Amino acid sequence: MREYNELIFEISREGRIAYTLPACDVPETCIKSSFPASMLREKELGLPEVSEVDVIRHYTLLSNKNYGVDTGFYPLGSCTMKYNPKINEDMASLPKFTGLHPYQPEETAQGALRLMHDLDGMLAEITGMAQVSLQPAAGAHGELAGLMIIKAYHQNRGDSKRNKIIVPDSAHGTNPASASVAGFDIIQINSDEKGAVDIEALKAVLNDEVAGLMLTNPSTLGLFEKNIKEIADLVHEAGGLLYYDGANMNAIMGYTRPGDMGFDVVHLNLHKTFSTPHGGGGPGSGPVGVSKKLVDFLPVPVIEKQADKYVLNYDKPLSIGRVKSFYGNFGVIVRAYAYVLTMGAEGLKKASEMAVLNANYMKERLKNHYYLPIDDICKHEFVLSCFGPDQHEVSTLDIAKRLLDYGYHPPTIYFPLIVDSAIMIEPTETESKETMDKFIDAMILIAEEAKTNPELLKSAPHNTHVRRLDEVKAARTPVLKWSK
Amino acid sequence: MHPYIPNTTIEEDQMLQSIGIKNTDALFSDIPAEVRLTRKLNLGDSMSELELSRFVKGLADKNKSIDDMVCFLGAGAYDHYIPSIIKHITSRSEFYTAYTPYQPEISQGTLQVIFEYQTMIANVTGMDVANASMYDGATACAEAGMMAVENTKRKSLVVSKSVHPEVRQVLATYMKFHGVEVVELDCKDGVTDAEALKTAVSGTTAGVVVQSPNFFGIVEDLTEIESITHNSKAMLIVNVIDPISLGILKTPGELGADIVVGEGQAFGNSLNFGGPYVGFMATTNKLMRKMPGRIVGETTDIDGKRAFVLTLQAREQHIRREKATSNICSNQALNALISSIYLTTMGKNGLKEVAEQCASKAHYAYDQIIGTGKFKPVFDKPFFKEFVVQSSRKASEINAELLKHNILGGYDLVKDYPGMENALLFCVTEKRTKQEIDKLVEILKGM
Repeated sequence: MREYNELIFEISREGRIAYTLPACDVPETCIKSSFPASMLREKELGLPEVSEVDVIRHYTLLSNKNYGVDTGFYPLGSCTMKYNPKINEDMASLPKFTGLHPYQPEETAQGALRLMHDLDGMLAEITGMAQVSLQPAAGAHGELAGLMIIKAYHQNRGDSKRNKIIVPDSAHGTNPASASVAGFDIIQINSDEKGAVDIEALKAVLNDEVAGLMLTNPSTLGLFEKNIKEIADLVHEAGGLLYYDGANMNAIMGYTRPGDMGFDVVHLNLHKTFSTPHGGGGPGSGPVGVSKKLVDFLPVPVIEKQADKYVLNYDKPLSIGRVKSFYGNFGVIVRAYAYVLTMGAEGLKKASEMAVLNANYMKERLKNHYYLPIDDICKHEFVLSCFGPDQHEVSTLDIAKRLLDYGYHPPTIYFPLIVDSAIMIEPTETESKETMDKFIDAMILIAEEAKTNPELLKSAPHNTHVRRLDEVKAARTPVLKWSK
Repeated sequence: MHPYIPNTTIEEDQMLQSIGIKNTDALFSDIPAEVRLTRKLNLGDSMSELELSRFVKGLADKNKSIDDMVCFLGAGAYDHYIPSIIKHITSRSEFYTAYTPYQPEISQGTLQVIFEYQTMIANVTGMDVANASMYDGATACAEAGMMAVENTKRKSLVVSKSVHPEVRQVLATYMKFHGVEVVELDCKDGVTDAEALKTAVSGTTAGVVVQSPNFFGIVEDLTEIESITHNSKAMLIVNVIDPISLGILKTPGELGADIVVGEGQAFGNSLNFGGPYVGFMATTNKLMRKMPGRIVGETTDIDGKRAFVLTLQAREQHIRREKATSNICSNQALNALISSIYLTTMGKNGLKEVAEQCASKAHYAYDQIIGTGKFKPVFDKPFFKEFVVQSSRKASEINAELLKHNILGGYDLVKDYPGMENALLFCVTEKRTKQEIDKLVEILKGM
């Protein structure tokens, strides 16, 4: 295939256009007389001039340099890169959804409001929460909203000294970052040797300044917190609340629910568990669900059913306020709704069952070739630690780059931080045994190459569009836009 | 069996055997009995594709879209022409089924798209650099507020009431929890009151937030605001909710903005009942390393070939955790792609032409509506494509009447601006025809 390395600005030619507009059918306003000269643009717009075919070819050729779930296996741990069903795309692009103005009268958007109200209820049922808000735009945004709710709850009780959030060292980086943005101080606690919450370490930091504990369960190691009930009781006894990071919800649907484990606040990632596409980094959607005592603190507006009508209720005096314009990433919400309806109760449980079976199968087959620091039943993902503490000739990065040569998106690497040289593998339920077997074969081959020809790994990848990049140069002398 | 779950009982058995267990229950034995769900989720049975499609279309049909109504409503969400090629490109699953480009060697498509997007946003706003995008205009503004606070080590923000009400609400939420005071500044004649600004800013002001064109559609004169802001060593944050206006208006960069944020929906994104949209953020070289969010930079690979990569990651949450510039993790890559295709397709001449047509049609509609004698002007200031008019009747009554004629009327301002009874904010884009405008005017005249 021909190599394509041009920027859109470089193929621009003066006078070319890719658009058509009808002739202006009203008297043209003289821009110069409508605005003072000081308000008008003097500089030329720095945009390309290309024809329509130029646009199509440019982006098509760029798309060829990408790798998505539709291209192949994408076992990126913690990101749940499951298949994105196509009917969901069709549903989200129905003109009577895409063509709705957020401020049009409620009576003209009853279908959309009902859809959102329904999904609220479904997600509440799946998580065991009393109510859900679909407003947050992404997982980290849902975390932020959830933490604000925790803060508002304590403040409303007059308990204003609770300004600390406990975060385990295995947590996603967003957890402490979100807590900080919500105005909390962070207490990090170390995990025990099995990657679980160290109960003694937790007890040692619990006091009347603790607002809550953030937890991912199963943890970022893919392991279920067996002591979850004791943890929840300890935090609650100390007057704190329990926050559930829903990144790993794909492991437990229909088996257990955060609400039943004792969590007070939950966020979900519709782009993970509920099959909506990751979009190259977004848009996502990060609904936040809460237990009964926190319902009044959810962001406004709240979608409610009053008699036979769905309405947007802004009259919630205890609400944390608004965290985003309008009502959420509606287009993403439609896809997740279609997914839940397609799967049904049994389908969702089956998805979790197979996600866990697939992960355990891969773990068992790979543990003889890579170092598995915690050899236990895993949930939907597991974490390897390269070849173990004594083998350092090739790195986790080298293994990841070599996987590119074999046509795979590598697993998540160097996370969680508590595992040295981590390789975090999450197959999801949408992959067949054959796909996983081929990936396992490639991993085993790479383990062999690491011994016989380490240079091959260190210089990988060899057959991608570009090879290893100079990231230091990118950061030291940043070039963040094209210029002539 | 289920179409999204390929393994059959045959493979299940093979895998169970390989693991050395009898059934999958063993894999869930780590979940204590006391927290297990012992009943089926109350969600109903799975639907086939046909059933699903019929059901969801049934819900959609309960809505009226802008195909069913002629839209004169804007207020931060705009009904512009969307070139057909956008959907053809964005439906390429190489783009939409990928994730954040952590592995640059197989993500050059997404990375180059973002690099080009950053370039276009920087050029359109007149700033040095832009990030890879944010959730929406309102959260981008809140992030800009935090950026100003972090950089000046000051703890308050001044925001003009001519900034979009929802942007102010989101800003208020973020700042309340972040321990930052937000002072809202009254408007005078529909624009930020420079005299009031002088008294509002002080040595504790981290930033001044204004919007242009503002919520009333008026182009703000930023000259004096800029000097007041910078005299007190605060940062000027310019919010652009209607970026189409930048096709003809002077860039915030030229007007002295330190941070420009805004809503990119108008760049080719569907109305979508309010989301997903895309926030943009641009700033100066000086503040580049303080910017939140993903940023893509140019570099070379080991063969010396030009390539693109996520860069300046030392600012970000996955490295700095609680000390990060923001908790933001993802961007709105697919919407940034839409914006890029839009700006590419419209190009240098198209964006200007769209802006000129919007201005012409809005001014025509304004003149005609005032000409009915039933409405009077509220402000006497230069406006772009939205304008405020007032009548003797309640705005909600007028809108209800218009809706009977399948016209989506203006934004009822009294919701957010007590005292602005009977005032409507109309929006006219290049999509509106003379005939549609004349019809609107005729109905308004007859009321």
